[in-house]
Amino acid sequence: MSAADLVTSTPSRRGPGHSRTTRIVIYGLLFLFALVYLVPLLVMVMTSLKPLDEVTGGNMFALPRHLTFAPWSMAWGEARIGVSETRGISGYFFNSVKMVVPAVLISTLLGALNGYVLTKWSFPGHKLVFGMMLFACFIPFQSVIIPMAVILGMLGRIGVNLADLTGWSFGLGNATVNLVIVHVIYGLGFTTLFFRNYYAAFPSELIKAAMIDGASFFQIFRRILLPNSTPIIIVTVIYQFTNIWNDFLFGSTFAAGDTAPMTVALNNLVNTSTGVVEYNVNMAAAIIAAAPTLLVYVIAGRYFVRGLMAGAVKG
Amino acid sequence: MATLEINSLRKRFGTIEVLKGIDITLEKGGFLVLVGPSGCGKSTLLNTIAGLEGISSGEIRIGGAVVNDLHPSKRDIAMVFQSYALYPNMSVAENIGFGMEMRGVPRAERDQAVASVAKTLQIEHLLSRRPSQLSGGQRQRVAMGRALVRRPSVFLFDEPLSNLDAKLRVDMRVEIKRLHQTTGTTIVYVTHDQIEAMTLATKIAVLKNGELQQVGSPSEIYNRPANMFVADFMGSPAMNLLEGTVVQADGQQRIALARKDGSSIMLPVPASADPAGLKDGAKVIFGIRPEAVNDDESMDRNARSVIRFDASVEIIEPAGSDTYVVIRVAGKEVTARMRADADVRLGQPHTFAFNLDKAVLFDPATTRRI
Ligand SMILES: Nc1ncnc2c1ncn2[C@@H]1O[C@H](COP(=O)(O)OP(=O)(O)OP(=O)(O)O)[C@@H](O)[C@H]1O
Ligand SMILES: [Mg+2]
Repeated sequence: MSAADLVTSTPSRRGPGHSRTTRIVIYGLLFLFALVYLVPLLVMVMTSLKPLDEVTGGNMFALPRHLTFAPWSMAWGEARIGVSETRGISGYFFNSVKMVVPAVLISTLLGALNGYVLTKWSFPGHKLVFGMMLFACFIPFQSVIIPMAVILGMLGRIGVNLADLTGWSFGLGNATVNLVIVHVIYGLGFTTLFFRNYYAAFPSELIKAAMIDGASFFQIFRRILLPNSTPIIIVTVIYQFTNIWNDFLFGSTFAAGDTAPMTVALNNLVNTSTGVVEYNVNMAAAIIAAAPTLLVYVIAGRYFVRGLMAGAVKG
Repeated sequence: MATLEINSLRKRFGTIEVLKGIDITLEKGGFLVLVGPSGCGKSTLLNTIAGLEGISSGEIRIGGAVVNDLHPSKRDIAMVFQSYALYPNMSVAENIGFGMEMRGVPRAERDQAVASVAKTLQIEHLLSRRPSQLSGGQRQRVAMGRALVRRPSVFLFDEPLSNLDAKLRVDMRVEIKRLHQTTGTTIVYVTHDQIEAMTLATKIAVLKNGELQQVGSPSEIYNRPANMFVADFMGSPAMNLLEGTVVQADGQQRIALARKDGSSIMLPVPASADPAGLKDGAKVIFGIRPEAVNDDESMDRNARSVIRFDASVEIIEPAGSDTYVVIRVAGKEVTARMRADADVRLGQPHTFAFNLDKAVLFDPATTRRI
């Protein structure tokens, strides 16, 4: 799948020659499937707005009789997360934000740079390099955990030494920094793939024109390529954001206790056994955990269909 | 001193040699057009002049200085691309001014230069638009503006008009010619279009498979093609090429075109041919342009050597201003370019005439002109 194709194709408004019945069937089916997908979310939202007795005693599909936001504030600020001293998921939420934002930005930028070099400054052996990066996309998470742990351990020791020498570890050994490193490396194969495919179709004459105009390697990248990459940047950001935010395995392996990301905290919250299971609080926490990815789709999704390359060359 | 000098230039892509020893010079104010079939290396040659492709051996001089290893931006050239290559994220003014911006020219000076170029090209009202909001012809102008604003010693054009429709192409062709005449710039121009080549060039270079076939003025290329390839490639419809034999008749050398029935059409040796290259009994290729084949009525009054013969008309193609008539001469089809109202009828014999002043002879073994 070419990412460029994905983002520039606009579906036609009305298929030719569809009769009224066909359209009713199509929309009916679409509506049905949308409902199937939305019902769980609806149940979650409703459950999170009910007091606990209404949840345990009542019907899952019933509307809340006593509307309450208490489960949300419980989840955010007071709920017990595993054995940790810290209460509520708010701290973990920000752990995730602190990890996701740099990881997404760095991996996207490096992917763009890789795509640029691999397509427009191709050097001997660039196919092999790209092949190996592509291979990295298919390495399962589990198989890199141990080597990754070894490397992060080494980085941690370097951090300790640096701290002894200079008083600052440069972030090495910090759990959030470790997760950023892991996600950037793991995501690089994908982001490079996205940008390489997009830039392969990018007119080389623009690069040549910029070279004649005297633009340097990075000036061409910054002034010509990046401003014309909005669709693929959005695709990459959505992809990376969703993957990194939703990651559980790396998070639970490399960040323990108070440094854990949101997904790990959610798991700990749900698994904390203090008598009754507070479904309403769990649901609220789960919605909070899912909110950022939903938000990214809502905000960025509309850029998906924009064909920004129109007018660069005669189509 | 020539503005552009190319000496035994060679270019290899891997093991494939794409340019095989090119020698061309172009004087200041000259207009060099590179023509040749697709894939012959025209764009590659232009790119090596621009510095967008390295060269394998040889030398390129611009304004006397060797530029082999100079970055494209340091070569004092500007290029107009076939696809225009306008930066889609910038306005027309920013597109034209980008090169100056990269060279650190102050804003005020830049704006002034952009305004003056926009005035020359009559695109002042477009300066704030994006390329996507322009028509094909307007994009073409902007691309030329981006080149003009640099005031380079050599302009490079790679098929700049091939994306335009026929009418606009003619307009822009005239405009480029006017630009060249008024500004006296030096231009290297790649095209597929022979009319563009003939009308614009002060010098034409014909390439084939990375080898120069001939370099010369448009009239040299057209009237005295160096070999059969050039003769066939330039001109539309193509030059008629007929097999003949050198014979002695009436104590003079003649070219005999054998007819099917065993008789032959005897032609005097064209003035363009070097008699030293003609041996009795040798096979030659007799070449004559369609406009030099006509009937008596429209024959050039100043023609010194004319030969008449009867031939039957096989095809008539009216083309508005002219009528192309295909006749059979010595067993081969020959195209004649006649006036629109020529009195010819399909299948009817008619008296035609060859204007031998315009004829040429080739050696079939080497394909070179004799
Ligand atoms: N980067 C490259 N690597 C390998 N071969 C190349 C490369 N660029 C061009 N060629 C080859 O060099 C030859 C000349 O190409 P070039 O683009 O100069 O042709 P052209 O005369 O401009 O053709 P056209 O009229 O179709 O534009 C072609 O055979 C082409 O396949
Ligand atoms: Mg070309």
